[in-house]
Amino acid sequence: MKKLDFESLKHNPEYEVLQVLGTDGKVVNEDLMPDLTDDQLVDLFKQMIWSRLVGDQTAKLSRQGRLGFFAPTAGEEASQMGSNFAMTKDDFLLGAYRDVPQLIKHGLSLAKGFMWSKGHYNANDYPEELNALPPQIIIGAQYVQTAGVALGIKLNGDKKVAYTYTGDGGTSQGDFYEGINFAGAYQAPAVFFVQNNGYAISVPRKLQTAAPTLAQKGVAAGIPSIVVDGMDALAVYAAAKQARDYAVEGNGPVIIETLTYRYGPHTLSGDDPTRYRTKEEEDEWHAKDPLVRMRKFLTDKGLWDDAKEEAYNAEVAKEIDDAIKEVESQPAQKASDFLKFEFVDTPGAIQREIDEYKEKEAK
Amino acid sequence: MAKITMIKAVTDALDEELARDEKVLVFGEDVGNNGGVFRATEGLQAKYGDKRVFDTPLAESGIIGLANGLATQGWRPVPEIQFMGFIMEAIDEIAGQMARQRFRHAGSRKAPITIRSPFGGGVHAIELHSDNLEGLVAQVPGLRVVIPSDPYDAKGLLASSIRSDDPVFFLEHMRVYRSFRQEVPDESYTVPLDKAAVKREGSDVTIISYGYMVRESLNAAEDLAKEGINAEVLDLRTVSPLDEETILNEVKKTGRVVLVQEAQKQAGVMGSVAALIAEDAILSLEAPIARVSAPDTPYPCSDAEGAWLPNKDDIIAAVKKTVNF
Repeated sequence: MKKLDFESLKHNPEYEVLQVLGTDGKVVNEDLMPDLTDDQLVDLFKQMIWSRLVGDQTAKLSRQGRLGFFAPTAGEEASQMGSNFAMTKDDFLLGAYRDVPQLIKHGLSLAKGFMWSKGHYNANDYPEELNALPPQIIIGAQYVQTAGVALGIKLNGDKKVAYTYTGDGGTSQGDFYEGINFAGAYQAPAVFFVQNNGYAISVPRKLQTAAPTLAQKGVAAGIPSIVVDGMDALAVYAAAKQARDYAVEGNGPVIIETLTYRYGPHTLSGDDPTRYRTKEEEDEWHAKDPLVRMRKFLTDKGLWDDAKEEAYNAEVAKEIDDAIKEVESQPAQKASDFLKFEFVDTPGAIQREIDEYKEKEAK
Repeated sequence: MAKITMIKAVTDALDEELARDEKVLVFGEDVGNNGGVFRATEGLQAKYGDKRVFDTPLAESGIIGLANGLATQGWRPVPEIQFMGFIMEAIDEIAGQMARQRFRHAGSRKAPITIRSPFGGGVHAIELHSDNLEGLVAQVPGLRVVIPSDPYDAKGLLASSIRSDDPVFFLEHMRVYRSFRQEVPDESYTVPLDKAAVKREGSDVTIISYGYMVRESLNAAEDLAKEGINAEVLDLRTVSPLDEETILNEVKKTGRVVLVQEAQKQAGVMGSVAALIAEDAILSLEAPIARVSAPDTPYPCSDAEGAWLPNKDDIIAAVKKTVNF
């Protein structure tokens, strides 16, 4: 894989949109073709299928009232799974509310991912070895925290990175700029992803900024930035892998804009995309579907076929069923537990409330 | 034992905690080479290096975001916000993020962070430097708010705050920084969090206060003693969560209470103290709860502090009204 020249991208970014796979599944840029084994290519594609299937099921379960909050991810599988695939389990993930698929593939159980949707405290009861924070609701907060995680990694002398995601709208936040600027000032190992799906709820990307790209905001922080075809899993992986390597080597952070699209609404909490998007626009993006091109690419290589896909679909369906059963067997949440979670050393005033609630809960 | 100022006590506590625990990090605007705008971190970068004590870009949200991120990697951050009036820039990282970490993780993570910040009136500072905003952070569940009133408490409470696995907002009153000295042990020690302290024993009335107003309350108590009124002065020290037990015990003992804060009446924490007493000690009261506080306006122009800030005379008047009810 040809090495990207991150140093020259710091101050003089060339925004050629990086692409590896054409919409027909043919490799259009051999130079950027990542060094992945056949098994890894299949594994990456399986993660993309998994994400699509889990998303579809989450939407159904949410509409049935069996799950709660859900921000659809269909269309963004290349951006999400391609980037996450470039990271290791030691890397620290700070996702936003739409980045639950990465979190699960990073080590959170699917059941806990569902519990997060439903609103159960066990969702964020994280195992010790999970290097991640729960999905961030305050847009931009994950960016300033990423700078801190990355500086912590650097001070510890660890060979790993912090990586984070926001959307196109999020690039307008103060915390977005502060985050990339702090990471730049400390030359901290961070990879910042901007998943540009064209809309922040109903507000189109062009209303966020007059800047022709979102990646170029990295210039204001003095950090290298690139733009990638966010519907192309191999291009996203290649960019993310190179950015990770660059950051791990002590060169500082990188910002990557992925051009992508969400097929569904912003969230299932009442958003209607037909108010702000046209059918033509949606069709145009469906033609670039990340799963279609990856499936074609792998089928051409003899690594994938319908039988394999059917078998895998059944596997995922079983995983979803098991996870839902686990969600629905969680204990009822109690106010006294929330009070206990609040402090490591519980102050007297809080202990008094715990005692009061326990008495109430015992009745 | 030496007589030192509160600013020296703060520096000593930071020095001792940096030496005691290699995971302690001190950072903020101008805290490194410059030693802080009040010299609170004087000499610390030279002693511990720029990996332990360092400057940050000028952005408060970034600073507390940095602390939140560093804590995930096992560090024990002690960030500084240069003046408390600037916390509005960082309120999400403080209230929306740091204070919720343990809670939102169902107890599986922690945020051992101590934010230091100067505040308080009487030093003729420019706009938004002196504002008493402790009431804002005191309303945030999951956050301890600690305000020392003298050098001894400052050193011991700061050590406890830094060693705590919970987040602490540690507020340093600028008027207390250098206005008097107190005997403070040379060695390291702690003062417990969540505990109020009786700073003057008394039997006629309980004056409850915190921060610089403890000095005014003690001075008022001395004057009142000359008139035969024996006032007790209780220093809250941790203003959130409140030391309910001590507050209620002391109020029940004297049956009369005067609540003194420098913040505006609608701000601060005395509304909560009054509610606590009304809920749990009203039958012990011989007179209504009295409050001394600042007028409900934004913090005044610096030249008007004398007319605006509550003082000893206001406290004396409130005590007399309560005693003579």
